[in-house]
Amino acid sequence: MKLCELTIKQAHLGLKNQEFSAKELTKAFLSEISLKDKKISSFLTQTKDLALSQAEKVDELISRGKELPNLAGIPLALKDNILVKDVKCTAGSKILENYIAIYDATVIKKLKERGAVILGKTNMDEFAMGSSTENSAFFPTKNPHDLTRVPGGSSGGSAAAVAANLCCYALGSDTGGSIRQPASFCGVVGLKTTYGAVSRYGLIAMASSLDQIGPITKTVEDAKIVFDAISGKDPLDSTSVEKKVSTFGFQPSALRIGVPKEYFIEGIDPEIEKLIKEAIKKIEDLGAKIFEVSLPHTKYALSTYYMVMPSEVSANLARFDGIKYGYSITKSKEPRAKNLLDVYLKSREEGFGNEVRRRIMLGTYALSAGYYEAYYLRAQKVRTLIKEDFDKAFEKVDFLLTPVSPVLPFKIGERIKDPLSMYLADILTVSVNLAGLPALAIPCGKVGKLPVGLQIIGKPFYEDSLFQLGQIFEEINE
Amino acid sequence: MINKEEVKHIAKLARLGLTEPEIEKFQKELSSILDYIEKLKGVDIKNVEPTSHTLKIENVSREDVVKKLDIEKVKKLIKAFPERKNTFLKVKSIFRN
Repeated sequence: MKLCELTIKQAHLGLKNQEFSAKELTKAFLSEISLKDKKISSFLTQTKDLALSQAEKVDELISRGKELPNLAGIPLALKDNILVKDVKCTAGSKILENYIAIYDATVIKKLKERGAVILGKTNMDEFAMGSSTENSAFFPTKNPHDLTRVPGGSSGGSAAAVAANLCCYALGSDTGGSIRQPASFCGVVGLKTTYGAVSRYGLIAMASSLDQIGPITKTVEDAKIVFDAISGKDPLDSTSVEKKVSTFGFQPSALRIGVPKEYFIEGIDPEIEKLIKEAIKKIEDLGAKIFEVSLPHTKYALSTYYMVMPSEVSANLARFDGIKYGYSITKSKEPRAKNLLDVYLKSREEGFGNEVRRRIMLGTYALSAGYYEAYYLRAQKVRTLIKEDFDKAFEKVDFLLTPVSPVLPFKIGERIKDPLSMYLADILTVSVNLAGLPALAIPCGKVGKLPVGLQIIGKPFYEDSLFQLGQIFEEINE
Repeated sequence: MINKEEVKHIAKLARLGLTEPEIEKFQKELSSILDYIEKLKGVDIKNVEPTSHTLKIENVSREDVVKKLDIEKVKKLIKAFPERKNTFLKVKSIFRN
């Protein structure tokens, strides 16, 4: 039995039956990281001491015969935009290169209470802006299935670490596809949670009306275990809510599945289209009824996203000013700032990378006097229409099935020079964030050695039903 | 197409320093992204309400009470200041002499 290949469920049973200790499990991952991560580069920071001390506490719990929560002693990795008290948190940016978090994010508080073991923080596109993890200020992460290709992004480090068995599971964040697309590229399961289902307190904000934290795991069952642990209302995040609906139990034969025709666009890789159609056929063979549906405003989703998101980015990232914490030119040996304005201008010029500055500029432009109505307000109205498309579709069907990405994992360096071509990688994932829906990315096959992911989109707060369908699909797709 | 002066103006509003070659680079890149976004002008948005947020929750309030001060947290916050004098955050003067 290779400890690093275990799912959460399997590792939990192993710990419970005392087949191995939490410390042994943790050490197995730590040595796997030191062995394999030189090639993959998924970790930015390792928290070895923290991990071992957390594992010891769990072993003590086991030795005293106490009941073991299902995440206790299970090692995980965290995207480096989620705060862990007294651990460096960079958001993949030079501006936070030496920033040490002062408190735990709510999701971390919940995981710690359940005895989780934190192995470290994973690489990401700077401030979660990107689809390849090449925008990290530190180094790019490689796809474990092909080291010349990107792992996707922005949660690329988390997805690569799960795929390479460098952690049992990981957390990522998804603003426009940043959990689902890397999960698809790395051949693992990723969940974008319903907006409001998981607290954002302690997540470094990118676009507040779109951001959600979610799990990246090896199986759908594991995604459910993590989701159940981290979700719920939090007084520290006023946009978090208590889950109102739990599930609809179903027989596969009673299912109504929608296939949005706009998601099989020109330019989609024919091999991907083939695998997705085969996946849909397999679900149809169980007796589910398949309907073609239309989400007519899909063609405006990416434009809407690239107006709403940068606007929120420009406001959220105003806090990084070289004054309170993080990178500041006032720390240079030679005095370089003549006045306060210089401190702002130069600290932000040197601290932020190209993509971050591009989005701040775009957002500032969209929100500036004279352009607000033509750009931002218009985009918010189109957002309403995109959401209504989904509302209408969900009157007729229970789920929507689509590809996660129109393209296979691309070569490192292939898209990074042309921002717009990188943005197009998000074309099938952004609508879900604009509409606040939950969606599961689940592996459905491979083209050569490159994984392809199926996206299952559900109604708001119907995560449990997504897990049910996801598990059914996992079984028939084996 | 946005012009160079507009790029400089936005950069100043956003408090972002830009070098001369960067101004040109951003002018090109922002223009091509804005051209792409022009698509939105083709949508009929008459009588459509804007969505800023997908959850219909408003005016979340809490009791206005002072929480107990965590002195360790305060010390760490002060330690993170780029420049300080004793326990004060130091900034450049904002008035001319």
